[in-house]
Amino acid sequence: MGKTLLKKVWDLHTVRPLSTGQTQLFIGLHLIHEVTTPQAFDMLRARGAGVAFPDRTFGTTDHIIPTLDQARPFKDMLAEAMLSALERNCSEYDIPLWNLDSEHQGIVHVIGPELGLTQPGMTIACGDSHTSTHGALGAVAFGIGTSQVRDVLASQSLAFDPLKVRRIEVNGTLGDGVFAKDVILEIIHRLGVQGGVGHAYEYGGTAVDRMSIDERLTMCNMSIEGGARVGYVNPDQITFDYLRGRRFAPKDDAFDRAVSWWRSIASDADADYDDVVELAAAEIEPRVTWGINPGQSVGVSERIPVRGAAGANGAVAEALEFMGLTGGAPIKGTKVDVAFVGSCTNSRLSDLREAARIAKGQQVASHVTALVVPGSQAVRAAAEREGLDQVFREAGFEWRGAGCSMCLAMNPDRLEGNQLCASSSNRNFKGRQGSPTGRTLLMSPAMVAAAALAGEVADVRDAL
Amino acid sequence: MSSREIDRIEGSALPLRGNNIDTDRIIPARFLKAITFDGLGDHVFEDDRAARSDHPFSNPLYQQARIILANDNFGSGSSREHAPQALNRWGIDACVGESFSEIFRGNSLAIGLPCVTVSPDDMGRLMDLVEHTPDTVLALSLLDRSLTVDGQRISIGVDDSVRGAFLAGTWDATGLLLDDFDVVRGVAARLPYVRGF
Repeated sequence: MGKTLLKKVWDLHTVRPLSTGQTQLFIGLHLIHEVTTPQAFDMLRARGAGVAFPDRTFGTTDHIIPTLDQARPFKDMLAEAMLSALERNCSEYDIPLWNLDSEHQGIVHVIGPELGLTQPGMTIACGDSHTSTHGALGAVAFGIGTSQVRDVLASQSLAFDPLKVRRIEVNGTLGDGVFAKDVILEIIHRLGVQGGVGHAYEYGGTAVDRMSIDERLTMCNMSIEGGARVGYVNPDQITFDYLRGRRFAPKDDAFDRAVSWWRSIASDADADYDDVVELAAAEIEPRVTWGINPGQSVGVSERIPVRGAAGANGAVAEALEFMGLTGGAPIKGTKVDVAFVGSCTNSRLSDLREAARIAKGQQVASHVTALVVPGSQAVRAAAEREGLDQVFREAGFEWRGAGCSMCLAMNPDRLEGNQLCASSSNRNFKGRQGSPTGRTLLMSPAMVAAAALAGEVADVRDAL
Repeated sequence: MSSREIDRIEGSALPLRGNNIDTDRIIPARFLKAITFDGLGDHVFEDDRAARSDHPFSNPLYQQARIILANDNFGSGSSREHAPQALNRWGIDACVGESFSEIFRGNSLAIGLPCVTVSPDDMGRLMDLVEHTPDTVLALSLLDRSLTVDGQRISIGVDDSVRGAFLAGTWDATGLLLDDFDVVRGVAARLPYVRGF
């Protein structure tokens, strides 16, 4: 039997088995940001420990960044204190920091791949659950908490329990207007929000083989929403072509040597999986969530489940009550107040292109506030070079600075009251977008654009 | 550096019904805007409590609780350690649930807060019992893998590695991970991407 990528990477990074039964793994890349690290550095200082590998640690700022007025000090003094702490800590421990004044600043899960820091065969850790994103390039990437951030700073390693590997095969061709976001929402709906507990999800099959890195990033990003510890795609020519020439990618001959090593760490054709799940790409529709967890979604042509419906991923009654939606009603036509294109799930150039393609020459409905928040300054600049900012502005979308923004509303961008938001982000939890009673419908960026124009949930396929 | 050994946790419990209670609900993101964990206990479940005056965390009968009783997939979502920190700072010293999200369980381990499981049937009975008699004392023993209530012993699920870490006082992993740092350096030196290919 051959080995999976997870097993190969695990073995290569094993420091030693621990007395507790866990395995100590070396962490090849540690990404840090302002929200989950200040306490970690304080704990480090209190213990008199240093940063073991400052050259394998990189910082940026994303969660609390205002997307309109970025003048320092920030109006929000708490946000200012967090960024100041990050600046102080990075400076004290010689950790590179891409701050607001850097063209490389952006959402940590957008800039890692963009800069070529994220590479196949690496172990990656970051104090953010969406670290699973980086698996799109064939890395094994763990979201961790603050005490574990402290441990990675101190020892460049972490203790883990073994993981099972589930191969998820998506075969065939996605229909027009159907995107990676729809595929992962379908997977989470089918396998459940805790279906992946104890597992790594390996995505493959002909549909995934054809996906761009941006699309694979979207898939891997939401692995955590399905309960999986990590998600990954085996590295292939698309991965290598993506990495060539990026700032931290190997250069010249080293790149060729890297490619042969990267090929070697992909899962073997006869790899042993704990189980395999297959989906037919052609059967997947654009999907929209109707509830309060990411497993609660339907195809855009379907109806919202009724109370007591089986297989709806949790209590339907509680979700319908919070969402103010009617069981049995079509999801299409649900009135929206806000439209948000952004987040580590869907804020890359290709996402903005798809949304702009729908928005071009159209107008956002008069009752809708619509904003586009690029994932990084590099994405923003590239989009502006293509004139996407103009397309969005002319259609009535606001064009903002790079950051996490309204995905979790740690900055001034947030829902008010019980506004309903069509969102390209990753979580529709109660209150996630900043208002305790605010409501979120997750969908692809193109579907968000379609909803912004129609003022209600619309089928993007009608606009193609 | 080793941490405190943890085996027995004894006290009254707080029943928190519902599956998939995520970390955004345990501690909404706006309370993450701080550079310490201080004061998080005051905001645990703040929005849920505002929406529901009879929320267990607001109920005077449960204010002394040391153990939380939860259903399925407790602590899903964000990796914010602020969630177990907030529960712990409120007064919770152990979580008993039907199941937990992995990151939440790992974060809880790292701060010395055991998360153990019982069957849905046992959880149903426990919640009913505690709602009926809120001052019921539960005794959790990691060594014995049991939860004892009213003289009755209920088996708990807990991974060997997690149980071992609490019993040995190695749940704060820094010391353990730094025990043999030369080996860490050795592994790094052999990795092609660290060597620069």
